Amino acid sequence: MSYGPKPWIQLNWDVRAALNFILGGTGGGFLLFAAFVPAPPELGRAALLLGLALVGAGLASVWLEIGRKLRAVHVFFNPFTSWMTRESFVAVLLFASGLAAAWFASAQLAALTALVALGFVYCQGRILRASKGIPAWREPTITWLIFWTAIAEGAGLYLVFAALCGAGVPPLAAAGLVLAVVARGVAWSVYRRRVEADLIPQARAALEPAGRQLYQLGAIVPLALLLAGGAVEQFAVVAAPLAGIAALAAGWRFKFVLMVRASFNQGFALPRIPVRGRK
Amino acid sequence: MTRWVMIADLRRCVGCQTCTAACKHTNDTPPEVQWRRVLDVEVGEYPEVKRVFVPTGCQHCADPPCMHVCPSTATRKRADGIVTIDYDLCIGCSYCAVACPYQARYRTDDATYAFGLRPTAPEAKRFDPARLGVATKCTFCSDRVDAGLEKGLKPGVDPDATPACVNSCIATALHFGDKEDPNSNVSKLLEENEHFRMHEELGTDPGFYYLWDKAVKDGCKTDGGEE
Repeated sequence: MSYGPKPWIQLNWDVRAALNFILGGTGGGFLLFAAFVPAPPELGRAALLLGLALVGAGLASVWLEIGRKLRAVHVFFNPFTSWMTRESFVAVLLFASGLAAAWFASAQLAALTALVALGFVYCQGRILRASKGIPAWREPTITWLIFWTAIAEGAGLYLVFAALCGAGVPPLAAAGLVLAVVARGVAWSVYRRRVEADLIPQARAALEPAGRQLYQLGAIVPLALLLAGGAVEQFAVVAAPLAGIAALAAGWRFKFVLMVRASFNQGFALPRIPVRGRK
Repeated sequence: MTRWVMIADLRRCVGCQTCTAACKHTNDTPPEVQWRRVLDVEVGEYPEVKRVFVPTGCQHCADPPCMHVCPSTATRKRADGIVTIDYDLCIGCSYCAVACPYQARYRTDDATYAFGLRPTAPEAKRFDPARLGVATKCTFCSDRVDAGLEKGLKPGVDPDATPACVNSCIATALHFGDKEDPNSNVSKLLEENEHFRMHEELGTDPGFYYLWDKAVKDGCKTDGGEE
């Protein structure tokens, strides 16, 4: 194996790890709306279970990637410094409160679940930030980019979910999507400005189109669709889920690229050249 | 307190990879794994091109990001600065690998051998299933260091207490010793030479130093040459 000083894409975390961020983030964001959007008990229960299922699928996906699967419980051993451990603890709490909220149809427990879900997506952002070997991940503002991406995806999925369940266009979810896609766009802008100098051209080339999509497909298209839906009432039931799909697709693509295509390490640095042969 | 560090004199390294071979022999690492790797780097532009050989591996950082992120506490730092992995605790999540700015960590899920599907006799004898599916990296030959210390030997001076890569270096480019001891071999080398550490800006406080020139003292190089 011959490595030079030039960076190369890390191969330790592949699409299975990316799926934890994609599905876990969407599930976490979705739980926020599942908890607070007014809905009949059955719908609320189904939403909570769907959110938990997404988070669970993400965790199961990353579990498939670890080398010693039967030791997975060791993930709980380092709450003092490891955000992966903290994410695991939060996930346990999330499932406990989410399942209890669904079982008892409790609004208070659902609110607690939403709070814990926010903690879960925050942990995901911190997991990336602590990855010092990957310049695209270690930039501190990645935390809020991941956070707002999750909220935008969750809001988008909720609009799709509501449409499929015949619940129309929940105003809270639509308002949440507007806020989240704007916040996500701002977070991308801040992140991009700060990380740019730290990235090699290949990483920038991979990240840039996906980031641009956070503006275009992920923000402008959903906002336009929601605006059109607001103006033409008959169009709203179609426009809202389409807006949700656009926000969701842009977020998923961005996270996939961030995790799998732009995750170059920083290679090796040689700040000084040896001085040889001097008398 | 003791802090074991390694020094690579970039002026002396000839890129022979003997250290890599010695490490592989001592630690029986699989074919694709090099705990002690030597980079072959071209720097500059024609006609001013230089070739530099850069030994790398785990830098045994004082503030190791791999340890902080490890969810299982498998990665720890000893009081003497050596960063270790407990193979029985590690879950193989590879978080440490993406946290390490030095690409020093490996995970091998399946047994692989130097010559095809069957292990050679030494590989079969020394095969350790505990190292499959977990993170591995340079240990600074901590077992040799510890065994040597028990015998009253001095790591970095006595070969039986010194990492294999340092012992094997044909050009005396690699050195090992206690940086906290002002009279140690490594302390003297650091005093007498200009040096740097890789990716220092990340604040990991690596325990691997690179010498690149004689130090300047009172306008003179420490070897007596003029600056």
